[in-house]
Amino acid sequence: MQHTNTQDTLVGLFVAAGIAGLFFLSMQVSNLSSFTEHDSYTITARFENSGGLKVKSPVSAAGVKIGQVTGIRFDPKTYQSVVSLSIDVQYNNLPEDTTASIFTAGLLGEQYVSLEPGGSDDFLKNGGNIEITQSAIILEKAIGQFLFKSAEEKAEGKKK
Amino acid sequence: MMIEFLQTLGKNTRASFTKLGRATFFLIQTVSGTASVLPRPRLLLKQMYSVGVLSFLIITISGLFVGMVLGLQGYYTLSDFGAEETLGVMVAASLVRELGPVVSALLFAGRAGSALTAEIGLMKATEQLSGMEMMAVDPIKRIISPRFLAGLLSMPLLAALFSAVGIIGGQLVGSGLLGVDEGAYWSQMQANIDFQDDIINGVLKSLVFGFVTSWIALFEGYDSVPTSEGVSRATTRTVVNSAFSILGLDFILTALMFGDD
Repeated sequence: MQHTNTQDTLVGLFVAAGIAGLFFLSMQVSNLSSFTEHDSYTITARFENSGGLKVKSPVSAAGVKIGQVTGIRFDPKTYQSVVSLSIDVQYNNLPEDTTASIFTAGLLGEQYVSLEPGGSDDFLKNGGNIEITQSAIILEKAIGQFLFKSAEEKAEGKKK
Repeated sequence: MMIEFLQTLGKNTRASFTKLGRATFFLIQTVSGTASVLPRPRLLLKQMYSVGVLSFLIITISGLFVGMVLGLQGYYTLSDFGAEETLGVMVAASLVRELGPVVSALLFAGRAGSALTAEIGLMKATEQLSGMEMMAVDPIKRIISPRFLAGLLSMPLLAALFSAVGIIGGQLVGSGLLGVDEGAYWSQMQANIDFQDDIINGVLKSLVFGFVTSWIALFEGYDSVPTSEGVSRATTRTVVNSAFSILGLDFILTALMFGDD
């Protein structure tokens, strides 16, 4: 009987260790602890160009992550990109004239939506719309413009 | 000459189909037999010990070393781009999605699967299985099903342990030895590993692998030629076939799970 008792203990230990491993993976490794979707509200923002923004890209205000992108679609009437932002419900005091911009984290990092609060006393509600937006900076465009400009300057220098 | 060739081809095709049929029938019997294991948890517990607990050490040690190697190799490559902060993502993603389920399943097939085949095969060779049938004890319900269930349950636990230990090993090498910032290691990981897409899919993968490996191991043992040579061949087939099925299924599962993103 003693023998089977040790066996039971070891099996129990094994199962406990396995479950602890799973728990570790879900809480420490994945994003389960950082963001839960059900206590959030959704607002939309229209951009001229949403660049490389993806679903699940972070939404931050003052550098702190407060939500994530839940949907990106193209509006065939206005030719704009309509981005749905799911914001954590504890940040429900964003002013109505908040500005949304798309930035890139680092030079090669992923793109994210940055919200800059305005001064209005009315707050954005679920289903609200952000009016003032700034599109993503397309790196190719910027480089193209830069090259074009420097070529132009060179040509002018030769003329002189 | 031609006729002979066709004859062997036909014979082999028929043989492999009948084997597949026997394996399927065996699986159905085994799965339906698992219901009768539940009222007798002691049978399951004993098998969990020999399948799971005894594989614990090889899985954790391999996981630690795989994680440490990933940390080293990942660091060398990523530091070329100045992106060594993303080491945590690389280690965790490759472990949770692929290496955890696959390598632990391969080890499981080698460590536990071969033992199961040898055990069942020897039981058959010494006519213990027919003896049980004579005593009106169903060997499938009594012998096979508890082992199958134990394999199915142990595999996800072992894979999770493998990944968890590997991630810690990567962290030990990455931030302990090579100087990656520890906070960046974990926070980048948390930002980029998704619970649904990565963790749950990894567990699903290891469940599938546990199912297939236990099935192959038990069937090969049950179907083996009851001689010492037959048992040794069956054991070899278990390891080879398990490895093939794990790697092949892994490709299919990866294509299905991580295809659209």
